[in-house]
Amino acid sequence: MAGSDDIPFGEQPDFGEQPDALEQELQRHGLQRDGLIEILTCAQRQHGWLSPTVLTTIATRLQLPLSQVLGTASFYHLFRFEPPLPHRCLVCTGTACHVLGAPLLLAALREESLPQRGMELGEVRCIGSCSGAPLVVIDGQVLNHQSPASALRAVRSMATTQP
Amino acid sequence: MTATAVRICTASSCRSRGGEAIRAGLTPVAQASGSRLRVTGVGCLGPCSDGPLMAIGQRLFSLEAPAPEPLAQSLQQALDHNSLETWRPPGCPLIPADDAFLRLQRRLVLQRCGVIDPESIEAALAHGSYRQLQQVVNGNTPAAVIDAVRRSGLRGRGGAGYPTGLKWATVAAMPAGDKVVVCNADEGDPGAFMDRTVMEGDPHRLLEGMAIAAYAIGASRGFVYVRAEYPLAIERLRRAIAAAQAKRWLGSAIAGSRFRFDVEIRVGAGAYVCGEETALIHSIEGGRGVPRPRPPYPAEQGVFGLPTLINNVETFANVPVLLALGPEAYHPGTKVFSLTGHVRRGGVLEVPMGTSLRTIVEEMGGGAPAGRSIKAVQTGGPSGGCVPAAHLDTPVDYESLRALGSTMGSGGMVVLDDTTDMVDLAAFFMAFCREESCGKCVPCRCGTVQLELLLRKLLARRAQPGDLEQLEQLCHTVQQASLCGLGQCAPNPVFSVLRHFRSELEACLH
Repeated sequence: MAGSDDIPFGEQPDFGEQPDALEQELQRHGLQRDGLIEILTCAQRQHGWLSPTVLTTIATRLQLPLSQVLGTASFYHLFRFEPPLPHRCLVCTGTACHVLGAPLLLAALREESLPQRGMELGEVRCIGSCSGAPLVVIDGQVLNHQSPASALRAVRSMATTQP
Repeated sequence: MTATAVRICTASSCRSRGGEAIRAGLTPVAQASGSRLRVTGVGCLGPCSDGPLMAIGQRLFSLEAPAPEPLAQSLQQALDHNSLETWRPPGCPLIPADDAFLRLQRRLVLQRCGVIDPESIEAALAHGSYRQLQQVVNGNTPAAVIDAVRRSGLRGRGGAGYPTGLKWATVAAMPAGDKVVVCNADEGDPGAFMDRTVMEGDPHRLLEGMAIAAYAIGASRGFVYVRAEYPLAIERLRRAIAAAQAKRWLGSAIAGSRFRFDVEIRVGAGAYVCGEETALIHSIEGGRGVPRPRPPYPAEQGVFGLPTLINNVETFANVPVLLALGPEAYHPGTKVFSLTGHVRRGGVLEVPMGTSLRTIVEEMGGGAPAGRSIKAVQTGGPSGGCVPAAHLDTPVDYESLRALGSTMGSGGMVVLDDTTDMVDLAAFFMAFCREESCGKCVPCRCGTVQLELLLRKLLARRAQPGDLEQLEQLCHTVQQASLCGLGQCAPNPVFSVLRHFRSELEACLH
């Protein structure tokens, strides 16, 4: 997605980012705990997920108990504690998408055993471009007006390409 | 000779339909034209369902995703033949300026949206951005600003409709010292994207509104709390803040005065409940977004324990235009809606407060798709309800919708046609609230689970005769005993079905 800077959904981890991006973010917040969510977002963007090592590092640097860091991180849907698969397909389940057939898309995609082919299947609660409903987001790219058949075509072409 | 401006919508919706590629494709034609043609990416032009959209002067075209190359060729030809003013991109329908969708709007908040390049502060300034801020800091007392806001009758556009002037006066009356202004841009209601439109299309309007609010209440620090699902809005806000700082419309010595105001962006991480103001405060502080009981209200104890003013995007965005027009001419103001669902023409529109639902849905939106009829209009998201077709003449304002058991909410409007299963929709919203419940209080944490189970049981035609009564009773319990707005309003969609579509629930019993 063009210009996406902070979005943890559907985005591939930016391994090319400077290795000290996390350290810079910690410094930007003056090692203060109110920056925790932004710092976690930065760490997840860098590594693709929040590993125990990363969480421990953040806790130590902010002088917070690990339980508090994990407690905050686990509260929010967009933080993840397992490494991501190469591809990600999100079905929008907002109201407009729901009434226009999102449940059918989800049902069709669930049949596909996508994880075995390197693609996660998830849901997102409205990305606010409902005129394209029902829509799916594959690796950050929005595909409007999907039918079960077109969504299957899209994931099949993606799930076979390695990143 | 002034350049003819071709404006391409590059906001999220048109972007997903190729708007950005079209802008990039047409730009070389403009560059080679000397100064005869300008191609600009702009914010939302309105009828998103016809996107990607392009505007030349007053003429609006639905490009319906043609390849950029033939379009560029056609534009080049028009340029060569000096026929830009009458150019029609081949095969692209014109949406006439007198189309109801455009004609019936009163664009105050969206005045510059779709007109200016949202990434250029020069464009915003040329169209009057920060003019009110300059006037306010150099010529008005904070009390005069608050008085103008109060007289305008502006009420919170986030859903609750609390009088904005009163809120400002309350925070202003707190003892002097550090105060905070927070913009709630955590637009979480599914089907609502008015605030995204403002942030993507005219971010400086929001910043100007916040700065005026900060001046009025005596704050020097501000936060915009945006949901992570809006990457383009975040990017454009970041850019706008940096540009405004460079031009001294934010930061220290604003407009040559002694007034100082710094704004930071805080990006959420996916939690609907963070739209609740006390949860939002905890999230800005870096914690779990769990609500707490009020009082103390944020006006007294908000972010970092400081007196805090919290308004949503549209509320702040109303402030500059309200001051420009004067409170009397502004009243009763407008409301921005996002129109989606089973409707022919959907998108973002701004209408005078009190416009009827029928005008919005049938006249502007063109009604239900061919061969279908409108069954209801859902407003207010998971905290709202459905207005049945028989009540479409209801004026859209805070009180009228509440009287029908729905709410204005933030302005999401989902049209439902006769194929919609209302019980399924109620279950959908209950599942949403169950998922988004923070778990702090029992009525919401457990009540939403039980309510969803009951609705699923009804849908599976396994319900017993007593289940409907239990559903209703439990709705009252959750409504009355929950800690915050999320829980208190979670039963609203069910109440709405009980009230307007009871027969559908009863049909599930057989």
